[in-house]
Amino acid sequence: MDELQQLLAPLLRGTVVTVQLALLSTVFGGILAFAAGIGKLSGNWLVKGLSVVYIEIFRGTSLLVQMFWLFFALPLIGISLDPFVAGVAALSLNIGAYGAEVVRGAIQAVPVGQYEAATAVNFTRRYTLWNVILPQALVEMMPPFGNLVVQNLKDTALVSLITLTDLTFAAQTVRNLTHESIPAFSATLVIYFVLAMIFLAGMRWLERVIARRVGVAHERAQG
Amino acid sequence: MLFGIPWDTSSNVAFAVSILPILLRGLWVTLQATVLGFAIALVLGLLLAILRMAPYKIISWPVGFFTEFVKNTPLLVQLYFLYFVLPDFGIVFPAFLTGAIALGLQYSGYTAEVYRAGIEAIPRGQWSAATALNMPLFLTYRDVVIPQAIPRIVPAMGNYLVSMLKDTAILSAVTVMELLNVANIIGDRTFRYFVPLTMVGAIFLIVTLISSTLVRFIESRLPKDGIPLR
Repeated sequence: MDELQQLLAPLLRGTVVTVQLALLSTVFGGILAFAAGIGKLSGNWLVKGLSVVYIEIFRGTSLLVQMFWLFFALPLIGISLDPFVAGVAALSLNIGAYGAEVVRGAIQAVPVGQYEAATAVNFTRRYTLWNVILPQALVEMMPPFGNLVVQNLKDTALVSLITLTDLTFAAQTVRNLTHESIPAFSATLVIYFVLAMIFLAGMRWLERVIARRVGVAHERAQG
Repeated sequence: MLFGIPWDTSSNVAFAVSILPILLRGLWVTLQATVLGFAIALVLGLLLAILRMAPYKIISWPVGFFTEFVKNTPLLVQLYFLYFVLPDFGIVFPAFLTGAIALGLQYSGYTAEVYRAGIEAIPRGQWSAATALNMPLFLTYRDVVIPQAIPRIVPAMGNYLVSMLKDTAILSAVTVMELLNVANIIGDRTFRYFVPLTMVGAIFLIVTLISSTLVRFIESRLPKDGIPLR
């Protein structure tokens, strides 16, 4: 019993940190995804250029390199980030860049007739985007967003390499305490898997809620 | 000094120039790990995909669960698992090989899905026609299903190859001397992290841009109707 407690207590504390990181970076990443995804389609060359550069840099390099850069390289030019802030920032920036491509793709997939109809009834560009295009595009975005959320959850494991005591860090701690690798890492893998299933279920629920709100048939949202 | 190559810390530019050959040694290891890891993912993924489509639930269910489990847990933890647990069973691999196996294992979950989707996208009529012509299963696969599945599979595989290239940086956690680890060691010894880490980012960016362009090029040259295997 004591042994089990020795194994589980640090893992549970680590799980809390992992879940916090995953939720925070999913929310910030989502905001970045919409900003850069819509920005890439903007008519303003500066907004468009910034979005493209952001997306290419963060999709073109490793997340771990981005994290190390924020944590080890930035202090040398005078910007020191707390490990938690550096971790959340790297995760959000990375997943935001992938999400931006999803947002852009979904917006472009909305049939041209919708834009034409909006123009025909004299809607402004902004009104068309928010009230006609995005609601329809949002439904299409949800399934790929589900994959990205799980990807982001798995990616949080990397913060253990910049000294954060997340679930993966806890696995190492437990291994050092018990001198056994199999129980520590097996339990950790199972916890990550269960978390991934919970996150996926949450995204499916959100997908259904959005589909209902937007008034698109259920079947289409799930297809 | 690393790999017998000294560095020059007199200025940032001199430093960058002097460590470039050292970083390129690391890049070579990164590329090797990617090729080996991807080869493992292609073979293991095919095996998982075939077994998952088996008509017996006693085979298809555990294989399906394994595929989902591997896909939905972090690469870093899988890497630690192999790195620390295998020696308990008397299996001691060099870190590089363990790393490549971990990459292959994680991505086999993805490649298995790609194979399955590629094969399932073949219209039912093709199968019926093969049956009507009395083709044995082996010939149906070799001459009808796989040639048509290849053009559907290759683009997705290409994306995973590029994605794996970036994930090799994680192998630095188990002492593999790939690009990121080499940069970290230079940083540890000189207390200058900014230049090496920024260069690593730039090198990754260049390599992924080149490899995605290559993937796009191969994709555009693929005949859409399929590739005959003989």
